[in-house]
Amino acid sequence: MSEEQTTYVLRLADNALIVGQRLAEWCGHSPFLEEDIAMANVALDHIGRARMLYTHAGDLEGKGRDEDTLAFLRDEREFGNFLICELPNGDYAFTLMRQYLLDVYHELVFDALSRSQDAQLAAIASKAVKEARYHARRSGDWVLRLGDGTDESHRRIQTALNDLWGYTPEFFAADDIDRAMQTAGVGADLEALGTKWHETVERHIAAAGLQPPELDWHAEGGRQGMHTENMGRLLAEMQVLQRNYPGMQW
Amino acid sequence: MSKSPAMPLWEVFVRSRRGLDHKHVGSLHASDPEQALLAARDTYTRRQEGVSIWVVRSRDIHASQQDEHGEFFDPAEDKVYRHPTFYDVPDELKL
Repeated sequence: MSEEQTTYVLRLADNALIVGQRLAEWCGHSPFLEEDIAMANVALDHIGRARMLYTHAGDLEGKGRDEDTLAFLRDEREFGNFLICELPNGDYAFTLMRQYLLDVYHELVFDALSRSQDAQLAAIASKAVKEARYHARRSGDWVLRLGDGTDESHRRIQTALNDLWGYTPEFFAADDIDRAMQTAGVGADLEALGTKWHETVERHIAAAGLQPPELDWHAEGGRQGMHTENMGRLLAEMQVLQRNYPGMQW
Repeated sequence: MSKSPAMPLWEVFVRSRRGLDHKHVGSLHASDPEQALLAARDTYTRRQEGVSIWVVRSRDIHASQQDEHGEFFDPAEDKVYRHPTFYDVPDELKL
């Protein structure tokens, strides 16, 4: 029970850290200054969320692993993030579409978890849901803007949606851990979440003038530690300092 | 930073606490009011600076000109009677 709960919280933390790491790659490279600051803000929101969740997971585990140990000293197969989080940023449309799909998911999941039986998780979720609500407004605004913008922006955001759609069934693919946590009142009801997510996202896609993609393929396995070829390189860059200089601080 | 007409300049005003006035804090580029508000939130209120934001297109602000300083402001210099200094202000009254 406690081990499952630890894994459940770790997966939430891994999603936040890995997509936060990807968003942080835009720092200094976003298309204009205001966007650069906004993107870095969102990246830091995710990393801050990861820190709280890792600390809590470490407490639940009770083996003395702190946030840094969990973030920087675990290997690829031990990370339980969605595959979508680790995908390279692509163009700005790809990053923002991924963000929108994830932001709506996070808004729903943290809203549900704010009523978790795990009081600490509920407290973290109550804070995170406010951030996620803003993130979804921001990325949703960009989806509308690009979808309803020029031919070029429309083409790019539609391509991003088509390329990302197959990674979204993983959001709602419950495994034994999810089912156990839902039964215990700790975790969210992923089926109910999926229904709401599809309603929200599909309405927004239509408003942006985008075509709903066909789900003719889908990929999952990130939550069980089976990652894409991108994950190793992301971790190498993220972890290199702590791997080479253990315990280093500055 | 883009300076194209698609991304015009906006002035940002932030109210730091309830009951205080909005104060000018800076400017930014954005393509419409919603984007300007989001950018203002992320640029100017990330350290709890505010509880309310106004954004105004810079072109909608009409400013007095430096070379009009003489006729605009100098005449007020010798009008001391416009200050309420000739009245006894009760101690209870906080100015």
